[in-house]
Amino acid sequence: MRTFGSLLVRGLIIGLFAGLLAGTFAYVTGEPHVDAAIAIEEAGAAHTHDHGDGTAAAAEEEPLVSRDGQKAGLFLATTLYGIALGGIFAVAFTLLRRKLRTERDPYAALGLAAAGFVGIVLVPFLKYPPNPPAVGDPDTITRRTVTYLLTLVIGLLAVWAGVAASRWAARYGDVARLAGGVVAFLVTIVIAYQILPSINEVPGSFPATLLWQFRFASLGTQATLWLLLGFGYAAAVDHRLSRQKVVAA
Amino acid sequence: MAAPARSVAVPAYSPRLLAAALLSIGVLLLLGYLVMFDQGAVSHSGMYLHELMHDGRHLLGVPCH
Repeated sequence: MRTFGSLLVRGLIIGLFAGLLAGTFAYVTGEPHVDAAIAIEEAGAAHTHDHGDGTAAAAEEEPLVSRDGQKAGLFLATTLYGIALGGIFAVAFTLLRRKLRTERDPYAALGLAAAGFVGIVLVPFLKYPPNPPAVGDPDTITRRTVTYLLTLVIGLLAVWAGVAASRWAARYGDVARLAGGVVAFLVTIVIAYQILPSINEVPGSFPATLLWQFRFASLGTQATLWLLLGFGYAAAVDHRLSRQKVVAA
Repeated sequence: MAAPARSVAVPAYSPRLLAAALLSIGVLLLLGYLVMFDQGAVSHSGMYLHELMHDGRHLLGVPCH
């Protein structure tokens, strides 16, 4: 058996590397689109705000952080995010491991990562797809932040509802088990999506292609992070890969 | 009900474990907050950290300005 400390440290270290590599993915696939969006923002800068994204208001003030600085800061952001996520993942693994009905710890870690990706990334993404710079009204940031966090919580609740329903329906056979889970998950998010306000602040003039290129890069960044976290943690708790003896509980 | 896992690599529930888990979650959420939402209130760096991590926030799907 492993101590909580060792489970947590594994999560933090794997999160660090997963975040660093997700940052690399974002740098290669996402930064060109961020640059393109900022160029559009600057072109229309006369009536838009300056968020330090570049030189939109260069005549009045220097940006706090240069574009090159922000591209380096990308790695800082994804790495810190990865560390936080990896640690939270490890805590969740420690507390939920006994509820996960598999004897194999690596499968438990992968299942938890899949659930986390669906709840924390996919459900918010489908309701409020991320936007590049130049999209979004600064005046509604509080509202958008709250609704984003709500979708995240609802995503996790929907996954939980799906798992609970599938376990309940399991008594009626395998098809019922799968269908029960899918139906409970979908019903939860469809109702939530209907209740949550729709937010559309994409200017009509913003190129649709660029918008979706950015969104796919963002989804890919998060998928990279979760894939590496899931498989990394699965490897970390696989006793066959470890010299540490696992004592049967 | 499925049989309980035979070999589980996690410590048993205890008040101490739960306290450690809650404390860790709190610290880690604070770190997440710093990356995703802070505008100087917690980091005391003014908008510097916020601007530095601007691209990361966008590409991690967090709402931003």
